[in-house]
Amino acid sequence: MHFQLTKDQRALRDGTRELLAGRFGRDRLRAAVGDPALDRALWRELGAAGFFALRLPEEAGGVGLGLPEAVLVLEEAGRALLPGPLVACQLLAGAVDGVASGEKIAGLCEGEREPVLWEHPADCDELILVEGGAGPPAHGAGDGAGGAQGRTGSAYRSAPDRVACAPFASVDPLTPLARVTGLPRTEPLALDVPRLRREATLLTAAQQLGSAARTVEMAVRHAREREQFGAPVGSFQAVKHLCAQMLVRAEMARSAVYAASVTESVLDVTAAKLLADEAAVDNARDCLQVHGGMGFTWEADVHLHLKRAWLRAARWEVAHEAEELLAAGLIA
Amino acid sequence: MDLTYTPEEEDFRARLRSWLGTVLPGLPAKPAATDWPGRRAYDTAWQRMLYDAGYAGLHWPEDAGGQGATPTQHLIFLEETERAGAPYVGANFVGLLHAGPTLAAEGTAEQRARWLPPILRGDEIWCQGFSEPDAGSDLAALRTRAVRDGDTYVVSGAKIWTSHAEVADWCELLVRTDPAAPKHRGISWLAMPMDAPGVTVRPLRTLAGSAEFAEVFLDGVRIPVSHRVGAENDGWRVTMVTLSFERGTAFVGEVVACRRVLGALARAARANGRWDDAVLRRRLGRLNAQFAALWRLTQWNVSEAQQGGGVPGTGGSVFKLRYSHARQELYDTAAEVLGAGALDADHEWVADRLSSLSYTIAAGTSQIQQNIVAERILGLPKGR
Ligand SMILES: Cc1cc2nc3c(=O)[nH]c(=O)nc-3n(C[C@H](O)[C@H](O)[C@H](O)COP(=O)(O)OP(=O)(O)OC[C@H]3O[C@@H](n4cnc5c(N)ncnc54)[C@H](O)[C@@H]3O)c2cc1C
Repeated sequence: MHFQLTKDQRALRDGTRELLAGRFGRDRLRAAVGDPALDRALWRELGAAGFFALRLPEEAGGVGLGLPEAVLVLEEAGRALLPGPLVACQLLAGAVDGVASGEKIAGLCEGEREPVLWEHPADCDELILVEGGAGPPAHGAGDGAGGAQGRTGSAYRSAPDRVACAPFASVDPLTPLARVTGLPRTEPLALDVPRLRREATLLTAAQQLGSAARTVEMAVRHAREREQFGAPVGSFQAVKHLCAQMLVRAEMARSAVYAASVTESVLDVTAAKLLADEAAVDNARDCLQVHGGMGFTWEADVHLHLKRAWLRAARWEVAHEAEELLAAGLIA
Repeated sequence: MDLTYTPEEEDFRARLRSWLGTVLPGLPAKPAATDWPGRRAYDTAWQRMLYDAGYAGLHWPEDAGGQGATPTQHLIFLEETERAGAPYVGANFVGLLHAGPTLAAEGTAEQRARWLPPILRGDEIWCQGFSEPDAGSDLAALRTRAVRDGDTYVVSGAKIWTSHAEVADWCELLVRTDPAAPKHRGISWLAMPMDAPGVTVRPLRTLAGSAEFAEVFLDGVRIPVSHRVGAENDGWRVTMVTLSFERGTAFVGEVVACRRVLGALARAARANGRWDDAVLRRRLGRLNAQFAALWRLTQWNVSEAQQGGGVPGTGGSVFKLRYSHARQELYDTAAEVLGAGALDADHEWVADRLSSLSYTIAAGTSQIQQNIVAERILGLPKGR
């Protein structure tokens, strides 16, 4: 058992962090707040760097890495607050032409979740609808990997102009949303839906982890710099303890997310999402508190982390579903 | 990132499992919680069985009489013994988990030869005489005095909350050897025989009803200077070694136990109809995620320690913070499942609920752990 990042994994993480810092730094982030249209050039650059083709086999032009590596890369995306259907493109890279290279952008939406929401509707070249396939496979926590294609769920693809939408004002300024009111189910897509769901849940959790870890750093940094009563506010215990709890949440989520990327079991993935949602949302809140009035401004980035964390928490496995699944797992 | 165990580790697990399968059925019944002499006899007998089978001091270095096992093997040992329902270290806790490792790391050759083998064989029980009535979280404020008289220290003062003091043979004792020095600098770490003249133990009744810890009064107790571990007045550094062992590895097996209890809670709720309450069900589901993640965090910390080698790091504080609260929530949830049964002090879950209240206090309170995380891991400025 060596439950630590390998040298290659650390290099991948550091490389991704550098790439994103260079191409999607603070200025770019703030510019995207004003204009949330996705940056196609950046998308292609990510494609060229292997961001989307990470898990495709080398024969198919991919990088040939696994789920743990995808998790590390999405954790970095979460840290940087990189917008866009990143999880969708990561998961559809082999299934929809042009996605692996970053030429095309594909979105995913969950058919049963009311309202059915579509992220970045103006930027997607394809929309994939996923229905069914939730919950554990018949035998509890079995991995289900390599199971029959489309075993218990179905997926359909549509061109964006065939999707009927109503406007929806997104709480996250970096993630425009549309409410889907009509989606033709004419073009079925051969996908292992339970697996796709599991991986979407885990990769979403990985982004939450990245955001949670980032807000700890933001809070700690502010707490060391901001002075009140003649001392850095971080020397006050009430502030210290907020920060300590933030780290605990992030580290709990990290252990759970990394382990789930190795085992791929439904229950591990579900626990990871639950804890990562908690870590991202609660850390963003505590980070805001540590920032005081500054935290409540549009200028500070804290609200962007909080809003994205809310959005991700409401997608794939949401808290009450996760808790029910984990409860059922206790008596399976 | 790898969660699989090597063939050697799996082999170790299989041998251990089969040994446990042969010895556990023959164990006598557990003594009552209030029967301290009975508990001592039971715990030391188990330690002797481990010793005879070559499992004593598994993770201790070989030159300290241990087996020199890797942290991962130690993890497997704790996991398997807990899973099989083997006795908990109990009265051997201090000796095996922190006095012993401290002696192994800091003791002289003679000290190691004198004290380590009896700990491993289950012949001698240790207790921890750190806390004092006016020195708890602020341990360095301790006042128990040791005055040098030739080759002995003459010790006077009082210790408190000393677990297992009634049945202990030795005490890891912190004393002040230089009252003029700044408070962290004048402390020494001594091994004190509990039967020395001048030692009086007065059991304290805990909220759980039993006398699990005691006050220890020291009145002119003579302790040979050769019983000092580390240099005179260098006891604070030795203490930090002791505390890192106490916080680093002490709770690993208990996570496994909590996961077992959680499964039993769910089944009990199903049997008595409480399962139909969605709020309770969801609470159980959330606890499942907590304990699963605590187990993964343990694996993370252990494999990090394996890489670093030696004394466990501050990651133990992150773990202890969440674990102590999750454990309390587990037993609060048990009370919900039990309904009126939660008022029956004899019920195992109720007794455990009471004892879980100490987890956020003992071995450094949650507030102190948060200070440690904030200052030593996150690098926030020290408070005033
Ligand atoms: C079951 C049990 C077994 C124990 N066994 C042993 C043993 O075998 N040997 C031994 O030596 N000791 C033992 N202890 C003692 C234990 O280590 C102390 O109780 C603990 O360190 C707290 O000290 P205290 O009780 O004096 O509380 P105090 O230090 O008086 O704390 C009181 C309250 O103030 C808070 N507080 C104190 N200082 C700060 C600060 N700087 N910042 C924020 N909050 C603060 C604490 O968190 C707590 O809430 C045991 C305790 C228990 C409960």
